Amino acid sequence: MLRLADDCFVLSHRLAEWSSRAPTLEEDVALTNIALDLLGQARRLYEHAARLDGTGRSEDEYVFMRDERDFVNCLLVEQENGDFATTIVRELLFSTYQLGLCGALRESADATLAAVAAKAHTEVTYHVSHARQWTVRLGDGTAESHIRTQTALDALWPYTHELFESDDVTPSLVADGVAAAPAALMPEWSASIGTVLAEATLERPETTWAPSGGRRGLHTERFGYMLAEMQHLHRAHPGARW
Amino acid sequence: MTERDDPLWEVFVRSRRGLSHNHVGSLHAADAEMALQNARDVFTRRMEGVSIWVVPSAAITASSPEERDPFFEPAADKPYRHPTFYDIPKEVKQL
Repeated sequence: MLRLADDCFVLSHRLAEWSSRAPTLEEDVALTNIALDLLGQARRLYEHAARLDGTGRSEDEYVFMRDERDFVNCLLVEQENGDFATTIVRELLFSTYQLGLCGALRESADATLAAVAAKAHTEVTYHVSHARQWTVRLGDGTAESHIRTQTALDALWPYTHELFESDDVTPSLVADGVAAAPAALMPEWSASIGTVLAEATLERPETTWAPSGGRRGLHTERFGYMLAEMQHLHRAHPGARW
Repeated sequence: MTERDDPLWEVFVRSRRGLSHNHVGSLHAADAEMALQNARDVFTRRMEGVSIWVVPSAAITASSPEERDPFFEPAADKPYRHPTFYDIPKEVKQL
C-alpha cells in the first residue's frame, strides 16, 4: 500500500515543482492538475495504509516525518524533472504503468483499494493521453525536440524494469487477490509504449542495466535533496499551520 | 517551442446539457487536439462544463469597432422588435 502511495506522492511533488515554471501557462495548469490528481490518490492510500498498519499515522506523518530509507517509491518517479521532454517521457512511462495497475486493482479483494483504483483509473486515463499527445509531438516535432525526447527516453528507460519486479511480499499479496502481479502488467505496458514510440518516431532503448532498490528504500542521490527541501519547513516548525 | 509559435484558439464551453456553448476565453496550442486538452485543463477545472469546442482564432471574422454605428445603431429605435409583450411562464428557466 505504501509503495503505491509513495509512487503517487513523489511524482506529484516532482510535477508540482513545475508550478509557475512550465513552458506555457496551459502546460503549467496541466502539470499541476496531474500533480493534484496524484496527490489525491496518495492521500487516500496513506489514509488506508495507516488503518492497515495500525499506527493511525496522519498523511503528514507519512510524508514529512519519514526518512529517505523509509520511502518505498520506485526510482522512476523520483528522477528529476530535467527538461520538458524528460518530464513528459517520465509521465508517459509511469502513467501507462499506473493505468494497467489501476485497471487490475479495481478487482482487488481489498475493497478500499479497489475503490481508490477505480477513481484513479479515470484520472490516469487522462494523464496517459496528455503524455502520449506530447510524446508524439515532441518525438516527431523538430530535430531538437526529437533529440531531447530520445535522450530522455534513453536516460529513463532503465528505471522501468523495476516497475515489474516482484519481491518476497508480492506473491502472497497476489495470491490473496489484493495486489496485481507486476510481471503480468508488462506485456500490455510494453505494447502500449511501443505504439506511441513508433508514432513519435522514437527508438525503444535496448538496455540490460536495471537499477532497482526503491521498493527497499534505496534511492538515487537526488531523492534526498527533494525530501530535504520538502520536509525542512515542517520539521523546523512542527505542527505549523496557515 | 515557444508560446508565440503556437496559434491562438478560442474556447467555447457548454456548462450543461440544454444550454449553448459560451465563449470562455482563448489559449495557445500547437494543434486542435492539444488545444482541446489545454482547454480542459485551463477552463474546466471547477466542473464548468460538459462539452468543449475549440476554434482557431484566425477562423473568426469579427465586426470592427469602426463599423459599430452602421451595424448596430439602426436597431436602437425599434423597441417593437423586443418580444416584451409576452409573459414568460415561471417553469421556463432558460430562454
